[in-house]
Amino acid sequence: MGIILSTKNVTKRFGGLIAVNSFEIDVKENSISSVIGPNGAGKTTFFNCITGFYTPTEGEIIFDENQHIQGLRPDQVTLKGISRTYQNIRLFSKMTAIENILVGQHRHLKTHWVEAIFKTKRFVKEEEEALEEAIRLLNFVGLNGLGDHLAHNLPYGAQRRLEIARALASKPKLLLLDEPTAGMNPNESIELMHFIRQLRDEVGITILLIEHDMKVVMGISEEIWVMDFGQKIAEGTPLEIQRNPKVIEAYLGSGAASGLNLEQGE
Amino acid sequence: MKKTFTTKEIINKGLLAGAVVLSLSVIGFIALLAERELIKGWFSLGHIFLVASPFAFAYVTTRDMEYEGNAKPLQTGFIIGAVASIPLIVLSFLAVAIDIRQFLSNVSPALIELLTFGQTPVLGSILLLLLFGIIGVFAASFNIIPENIRHPLVNALVWTLGIATFSEILLSRVRSLLGRGLVKVIFSGKSLNPIFAIVFFAAVFGFTIWWDKRGDSFKEKLENLAPAKRKQLSQGQSILLMLVILFLPLILGSYLTEVANNVGIYILMGLGLNIVVGFAGLLDLGYVAFFAIGAYVMGVLTSEGALGLDAGFSFWTALPISVIVATLFGIVLGIPVLGMRGDYLAIVTLGFGEIIRVVAVSDLFKDTLGGAQGILQIPKPEFFGIELVQPGELYYVVLAGVLLAVFIATRLRDSRLGRQWMALREDEDVAEAMGMNLVSTKLMAFATGAAFSGLSGAIFASKLTSIFPHSFNLLISINVLSLIIVGGVGSIPGVFVGALVLVGLPELLREFAEYRLLIYGVLLIVMMLVKPEGLLPDQRKKRELKSEAELDWAEK
Repeated sequence: MGIILSTKNVTKRFGGLIAVNSFEIDVKENSISSVIGPNGAGKTTFFNCITGFYTPTEGEIIFDENQHIQGLRPDQVTLKGISRTYQNIRLFSKMTAIENILVGQHRHLKTHWVEAIFKTKRFVKEEEEALEEAIRLLNFVGLNGLGDHLAHNLPYGAQRRLEIARALASKPKLLLLDEPTAGMNPNESIELMHFIRQLRDEVGITILLIEHDMKVVMGISEEIWVMDFGQKIAEGTPLEIQRNPKVIEAYLGSGAASGLNLEQGE
Repeated sequence: MKKTFTTKEIINKGLLAGAVVLSLSVIGFIALLAERELIKGWFSLGHIFLVASPFAFAYVTTRDMEYEGNAKPLQTGFIIGAVASIPLIVLSFLAVAIDIRQFLSNVSPALIELLTFGQTPVLGSILLLLLFGIIGVFAASFNIIPENIRHPLVNALVWTLGIATFSEILLSRVRSLLGRGLVKVIFSGKSLNPIFAIVFFAAVFGFTIWWDKRGDSFKEKLENLAPAKRKQLSQGQSILLMLVILFLPLILGSYLTEVANNVGIYILMGLGLNIVVGFAGLLDLGYVAFFAIGAYVMGVLTSEGALGLDAGFSFWTALPISVIVATLFGIVLGIPVLGMRGDYLAIVTLGFGEIIRVVAVSDLFKDTLGGAQGILQIPKPEFFGIELVQPGELYYVVLAGVLLAVFIATRLRDSRLGRQWMALREDEDVAEAMGMNLVSTKLMAFATGAAFSGLSGAIFASKLTSIFPHSFNLLISINVLSLIIVGGVGSIPGVFVGALVLVGLPELLREFAEYRLLIYGVLLIVMMLVKPEGLLPDQRKKRELKSEAELDWAEK
């Protein structure tokens, strides 16, 4: 398995604050992996650096066979094949679900606006195919029949799924999910976990998560990086991470680690 | 949510209603409208606006209140109405006691006479109090009477008052279309004949009752028609609509056609600004700039006067050039504001609009643009050698422009570009992350909007045959923006409704012209409170269709 995304020494400073401090990860192709860490650790900032929302102050981001993507605009990063969802759902709220997915397909639609005015055959065909694909994606994420509802009228869980559908619409090679289970109850989380695995298996894309819910992270990740104060404090398989005292300390505060270790020892 | 009101709250409502009607009176609005008599010898538009506020307050309060039995709401209505008359009574006594016109110049003897029904202050006050009380009871009764009476009553009232308000214009149309004989039956002087008013009221009332009873079965029949038949019917409808639009000048006569042309000019601008503000969400307050550029290019190229290039361009060759120049300016002025959002964008575009006007006024280009004198002697459009002079002829030029703009706006809205614009409006960052180029998406919106506005300006210049820089002021941008908001932001049919309400109506009710800005302000506030999505909001197209699928989901 090759490496699809690799970050080298990625650092992001806001004035004197170092939000991400030479963070390095190597994401394996077709894997599910996670970046975890306490609140404010800099995970979303790191995501923003990858997707072009921020330009990293230092470092390199290499995607899909030696393409440097640091400093590109968000639209350019998307064109390379990276797509994402957001921690606080950011759908186009006054557009219908189908239209949201159609916007996601932007990268693959080619007809010019002049063709739209004259409604050329090519335009009509492309629109029909795009609609078909959008409905297919809608069904894939389990939102059959909700396509004509405005996005902001959908139930919370459906909005999360729609956001994933919209991200998938650009046919990315790498999908970044920023806390996909935030605000969900345990059952919904588990359901989504299965869905993410299904996504990888059926669509064959690589998935990188930011997640708080430990059950989800440990359940589906093949590799985990732990971030605290912008720095990588641990990496490894879920099992290795669970046993790492540094991680426990970061999550529960210093002192807790020793206590926990004792418990495990007994 | 039903509430209970204490007596104090009810009296407060009444005083509020009184304050509204008092301010309408002291600014001279009521007295002005009193000159438009609605039903001969009965009442005027001034009376309608006099009682509108107590009516509305009494209606809304009794609608929202919790009650048992019918006495309570009627009593509440009476109190609100009666209390609302108190400020006016105070005003009329003050007018007798002191020279109130020193402070409030619009409190004319005519107003006082209207408020006291030409009686002595004491008797007049009692009459006003009773009238307002009865209006309050009347308003409250709308919440009590059953729906099958209320609906015909509302219909009959609205229609009768409607035709009475426009009786002056209707009169001239009836005279030229249907003959003088009918005029005598319907009208008396410039207002409605009382007997006709009663008959008309009863007819609308009766028809609505009949329709409410029989209409359902009629609609059912329509729905049960074979799909082919139904398609035929809808085709027939659209053919009929097209015929009406095509022959509208014949029906409207020259004055109303002129009004329609002005409305059309604004519709064209509205369709353009609707793309910029409504679709793409870029708040542009300097939109008049492109209207001015279109008009000036048309003027400079075609003017036969001392100014201009004397290039001898005809209307039809100058028209595309005007549109192209306006479009280019749209792009050029768009580039510096690409990185701006919201308020900042609004302020900068506001500045651009003013810059264009100031440049036109300045001496810098006086030799070509005419400075403050403007450009004169712009020829009217010609069509195969016939000069289009009459409003009824120019109508078709405006119509062609509007149809073209509607066509392009609709096609673009339903394309990828339209979706890009809406995504941009909803969330600029996420839109960019979908892979779209923000620069070209924004510039396309600015360019298309400017093109429509330029087209509008070019037609405007040729229609008026002269242009002056002061007619391209900020107010035009504000008017266009208001009509979009009133019609429904992002809605193409909304532009038509908005233009009819904000441009057409004030032309028909010339009394309003003086108070136009006041009415705009009030209308916008009321719209934001009552119907923020506009009169005819944008309907998203159903694309997944299949209602069965929805049912399936609901069952799960």
